[in-house]
Amino acid sequence: MSEVTGTGYLECLLESWRAKPAEALSWLDQLRAQAIDRVSTQKLPTKRDEEWRFTDISPLTTLPYRPSQPDANLRIQDIQHLFLDEVKSRLVFVDGYYSPQLSVIVNPALVMGNLPALLSTHATALESHLGQYARFDQNVFTAMSTAFLRDAAVIIAPKNTVITDPIHVLFIATQHEVTSYPRCLVIGETGSQITLIEDYVALQQAAYVTNAVTEISLAGNARAQHIRIQRESSQAFHFANCVAALAHASHYQSVSIAQGSKISRYNLDVRLTDEAAECMIDGLTLISDRQLADTHTCIDHSKPNGTSHQQHKCIADDTAHAVFNGKIIVRPHAQHTNSSQSSRNLLLSKTAQVDTKPQLEIFADDVKCAHGATVGQLDAEEIFYLRSRGLSEKSARNLLTYAFGAEIINRIPVTSLRQQLAQAVLDQTQSN
Amino acid sequence: MIIENSSTILSVEGLRASINGTEILKGIDLTVKSGEIHAIMGLNGSGKSTLAKVLAGHSAYEVTAGAVQFEGKNLLELPPEERARAGLFLAFQYPIEIPGVANTQFLRLAYNTVQAQRGKEELDPLEFDDFVREKMKLLEMRPDFLDRSVNEGFSGGEKKRNEILQMALLEPKLSILDETDSGLDIDALKIVANGVNRITNKDNATILVTHYQRLLDYIVPDFVHVMQAGRIVMTGGKELALELETRGYDWITANKQQVAGVTA
Ligand SMILES: Nc1ncnc2c1ncn2[C@@H]1O[C@H](COP(=O)(O)OP(=O)(O)OP(=O)(O)O)[C@@H](O)[C@H]1O
Ligand SMILES: [Mg+2]
Repeated sequence: MSEVTGTGYLECLLESWRAKPAEALSWLDQLRAQAIDRVSTQKLPTKRDEEWRFTDISPLTTLPYRPSQPDANLRIQDIQHLFLDEVKSRLVFVDGYYSPQLSVIVNPALVMGNLPALLSTHATALESHLGQYARFDQNVFTAMSTAFLRDAAVIIAPKNTVITDPIHVLFIATQHEVTSYPRCLVIGETGSQITLIEDYVALQQAAYVTNAVTEISLAGNARAQHIRIQRESSQAFHFANCVAALAHASHYQSVSIAQGSKISRYNLDVRLTDEAAECMIDGLTLISDRQLADTHTCIDHSKPNGTSHQQHKCIADDTAHAVFNGKIIVRPHAQHTNSSQSSRNLLLSKTAQVDTKPQLEIFADDVKCAHGATVGQLDAEEIFYLRSRGLSEKSARNLLTYAFGAEIINRIPVTSLRQQLAQAVLDQTQSN
Repeated sequence: MIIENSSTILSVEGLRASINGTEILKGIDLTVKSGEIHAIMGLNGSGKSTLAKVLAGHSAYEVTAGAVQFEGKNLLELPPEERARAGLFLAFQYPIEIPGVANTQFLRLAYNTVQAQRGKEELDPLEFDDFVREKMKLLEMRPDFLDRSVNEGFSGGEKKRNEILQMALLEPKLSILDETDSGLDIDALKIVANGVNRITNKDNATILVTHYQRLLDYIVPDFVHVMQAGRIVMTGGKELALELETRGYDWITANKQQVAGVTA
């Protein structure tokens, strides 16, 4: 992970940046230009950086991973298996590029679509939110994403609009040895309510880089359910930054599942910027072989009466390595904060590894903060009990592993997706 | 019931077993024939549950000597699941809680595995639901126990009923009920005993591990064995349990060689 090769990956991408995207809206161009400036002053993180000490991304520098190119060859039948029954509106991006023919937008109550199409009609909203939460001065991946910002899923839920059917944003990877920049912006206006499924999938086992950025802004009393599924190719690199900014009495529920990628890193920042905001942050990492999945979350309480509940679980098999770092900040004004965090981890093999670290930074005195972490194996008595009822050792272990993950999966408010994932857990544990 | 010339379901000879190098079972001999009900009594720590778990195949115990035949097969060679599929059932003294696994899912998996082994039809979730609800009625269990996680948060008595429900579903050849009566109120005891009596017939057999005569009023044993320090030290008929109830265990220690009533 020397700096020389590290700069190589960035340099290669930087070169291609000079071929500038076509639209010429000045604020967006400025944003991109600021971001590219930042890229040139930063380096790829190495294990010497505290925030990356378990996650070695040097394999990234072994291939060029140039920017992906638009490719309109994908047909609806190629991706039909990814559709969910409950979904009416769907935005599909192929290698980061919007695909109008694969997308369906049926909800007139919502503003949704691809960024360039909304630039003229919703300029004010876009300018005041896009790139304002996921800041790029400290984060080279966010800087890259912003520098290359072109297509993006934009969803605006107008004031008091309640949408019950989930919106599926599908990011599909099809190309080899490329970098793509999936991007999402969700604006929940006052009192609105939406459910978003952010779904990263691959159609083949390719090596590529996904650099994703999602920004979610919830105004007063707005509610959002955010389901995030990372099921990339097992050779992929997945870097993602998500920031949710929660205004007064807004409610954010996040369930994220990390299942794919050779190396993945997910940063989730939840900022409770006003009083009485609430969030429920749940995560499940399910990995095997030599996968590495690193989840860093930061829940930042800056105003009084906020609530945050977090449960993160990792299931690691073979020589997989799961990392969970959960930071909770309670700032001096954030009195009467109620916060809980639990990290529970299941190792299915002797060589699997989990590093879990709660990080509480509490500066207010009248708060309730509970946290706990456990790492364990399947319980021998439970296995024996199931076997004594005729279940084979394999199915006993599968069932118990499934049960461990099911607690998180069951929080996904979309039945068909829950069933798909439950099946995936059972399939992934077949080898035991 | 004792039936002349009935076939032997279980035969245990000179069984010794230890855990972490400590010998717990020190030479057990026991023969159980079809149609029979055996009670095993004895002080706390005498090895009753150990015997039950060794027979069910718990891997924490090491069998150091002896032989066990179950329906003509060498039981000790079989992994626990194959013992279960062959018709051996242990109702646990302390049933295990399994958070996250719905009771109905667990019961159906167990039922279908054993059915498949017997070459019988497996049931889909809907069919199974009807079937299991009927069985639950016999044990006066509320249907909401199906949707809850296996034994999680069940009261002591509810766990025991769930064990007997499994026994009713799996229709074992040999049931070992380890203190299924402990923790049951009088009404529950009658319901559970009734359930057991409905399942027992001339083709299967039951071993009841118990501390109390009370259970044996409802499920009448053909043999009563007394265990002490890893051995069966006395075997008698149902009247032996009554005698233990009044006299305790002290007198047995004093007359270890004595064999009361019927000889096994
Ligand atoms: N891991 C172990 N290491 C050492 N001794 C053990 C271990 N597990 C059990 N024992 C001992 O084995 C003996 C027999 O235990 P067992 O549970 O079989 O008794 P029991 O007859 O069923 O008693 P109870 O009537 O209380 O249920 C006890 O003395 C117990 O302490
Ligand atoms: Mg016992």
